[in-house]
Amino acid sequence: MTLSLERPAPGERSAPPGGGSPRRRTDWRSRLYRWEGRSAPYVYVAPFFLLFLAFGLFPLIYTAWISLHQYRLGSRMRWVGLDNFIWLFTNEKFYNALFKTFTIGILSTVPQLLLALGLAHLLNYKLRGRTFFRVAMIMPYATSVAAATLVFAQLFGRDAGAFNWLLGLVGIDAVDWRNGDWTAQIAISVIIIWRWTGYNALIYLAGMQSISKDLYEAATLDGATKWQQFRHVTLPGLRPTILFTVVVSTIGASQVFGEPLIFGGGKSDGGAVNQYQTLGLFMYQQGWTYNALGRAAAVAWVMFVLIVGLVLLNTWLTRRRQGRVKTS
Amino acid sequence: MTTTLPPATAAAVGTTPPSRPPRGRAAVDRAGWLTYAALIATAVIFIAPFYYMIVAASRPMAEMNQQPPPLLPGPDLWSNIVKAVEQQAIGLALVNTFIVAGIITLSTVVFCTLAGYAFAKMRFRGHNVLFAIALGTMMIPPSLGVVPLYSLMATLGLAGELSSVILPTLVQAFGLFFMRQYLQDALPDELLEAARVDGATSLRTFWSIVLPIARPGMAVLGMLTFMTAWNDFFWPVIVLNSSNPTIQVALNNLGSGYVPDTSVIMAGTLVGTLPVIVVFLLLGRQIVGGIIAGAVKG
Repeated sequence: MTLSLERPAPGERSAPPGGGSPRRRTDWRSRLYRWEGRSAPYVYVAPFFLLFLAFGLFPLIYTAWISLHQYRLGSRMRWVGLDNFIWLFTNEKFYNALFKTFTIGILSTVPQLLLALGLAHLLNYKLRGRTFFRVAMIMPYATSVAAATLVFAQLFGRDAGAFNWLLGLVGIDAVDWRNGDWTAQIAISVIIIWRWTGYNALIYLAGMQSISKDLYEAATLDGATKWQQFRHVTLPGLRPTILFTVVVSTIGASQVFGEPLIFGGGKSDGGAVNQYQTLGLFMYQQGWTYNALGRAAAVAWVMFVLIVGLVLLNTWLTRRRQGRVKTS
Repeated sequence: MTTTLPPATAAAVGTTPPSRPPRGRAAVDRAGWLTYAALIATAVIFIAPFYYMIVAASRPMAEMNQQPPPLLPGPDLWSNIVKAVEQQAIGLALVNTFIVAGIITLSTVVFCTLAGYAFAKMRFRGHNVLFAIALGTMMIPPSLGVVPLYSLMATLGLAGELSSVILPTLVQAFGLFFMRQYLQDALPDELLEAARVDGATSLRTFWSIVLPIARPGMAVLGMLTFMTAWNDFFWPVIVLNSSNPTIQVALNNLGSGYVPDTSVIMAGTLVGTLPVIVVFLLLGRQIVGGIIAGAVKG
């Protein structure tokens, strides 16, 4: 049995060269066989795409339509044109939420990815108990937003929280984490960093292990120090992986919702002066605290545009940097 | 997005041929004590919140409010759990979450394997367009479609029912990519060609050749999907209420009580987290491999 290079349809192969009734029967069977082979891929992808279109793509697109209406649950949609967007872009709370999403995004993403890079570097050594360390790193990722935030809300407690106790040991006064502006944002960022650093470290680790060993040997022969190896071999090799994690964390950062909701005891205002109200929380407040679903849809649409913009920006920045490194 | 999986991926999922090239630098540099110290410190930081959860859940709240807080678990775990179950429908929530996550996992694994196989090994009209659609939307968080989804579920009378959480999550673009990638690497073209030459129908090929090879990948996808479904928060919080919650919704409600008893909250959190942690400790190695395999898409 050899492999044919042109891959003829199987039915054609079995058809005898002569004519007559056996050929017609083979013809019919081979046609059925071919039809089965040709329709099979569609049968395989159909369930996935039907569900995907109904519950993934359609709601996404229909959000844009709803955002042009005044819509309360239980009543009909009323066309209002761009009113929801005008309301949004003249609303101080919207800009506040946009700003908080941005600051919490920076505060959580940058340390998270830097720590992950360092951690991956450590995990890349030949280690005893490698599996233990890897599983320990990824445990927070397996913890739900709700569980993690409930625990950290206690750790960040003003009177009895463990963090304030630790600060007290080094002589720093108790911090009212929840009611401060930056302190609340830092606390929320710490939760995000705790949950996602190990995940990103594992991804970097996989990227590091796919870098050819020869490059390191060549660098060693050229007398490169460990740091130079890291900068000129590891980092360039990791570039696609880094882009991936930056994009994923940026998208995640634009969606932050559960942490501020639970940190605020289940309230959607994100603190007394909205000091940690993110866009996700703002959308939830409009839609499900105030039953203004049209406005919630408008917020969702703005977030969508924001995400697409950020992904494009990230890709562009990384490409540009890559180009510069190559020419230098 | 092509087949740029590093060798580590295949090793992690368990399909590596015995003779594989050396894996990067890992085999060269032994870790010094400083590396171990840093790693152990990090592991302690990562695990400490779990330990705090256990300590707080097993002591009365008053003890946890002392300075310094107690460092060892106490005897009150059971009574705190009972109190948590009295405040929120945690028992029901656990059953609900098992049902929801179970159905979602089964459906995701089956449908994504079918579609992943078609995209990995078959050429058909619309191949590229369909794949581009899935690829283009994978990065878009589903939470952006919650308003129409909510309106749809309310219209169908499903809001508050478990089916409202199950239906929108039956398939994920991630699963499609994961299985496509896995089958592209693990399934040799020669095997499919041989089946074709033998005159096997497409369905038969799928059943007796593709499925056995896909099984390790399906297991990893299943574990990841179950974990994600168990922890899903945004949509369940919107569409379910406290009388018929999943565990994450129950935890959210537990945390937003008016007079929060922190020990009771921690007991509920422990109960809600334990199933995933147990799965993790048993299968952590495979899950880690799956995360790496799923994430490195080049």
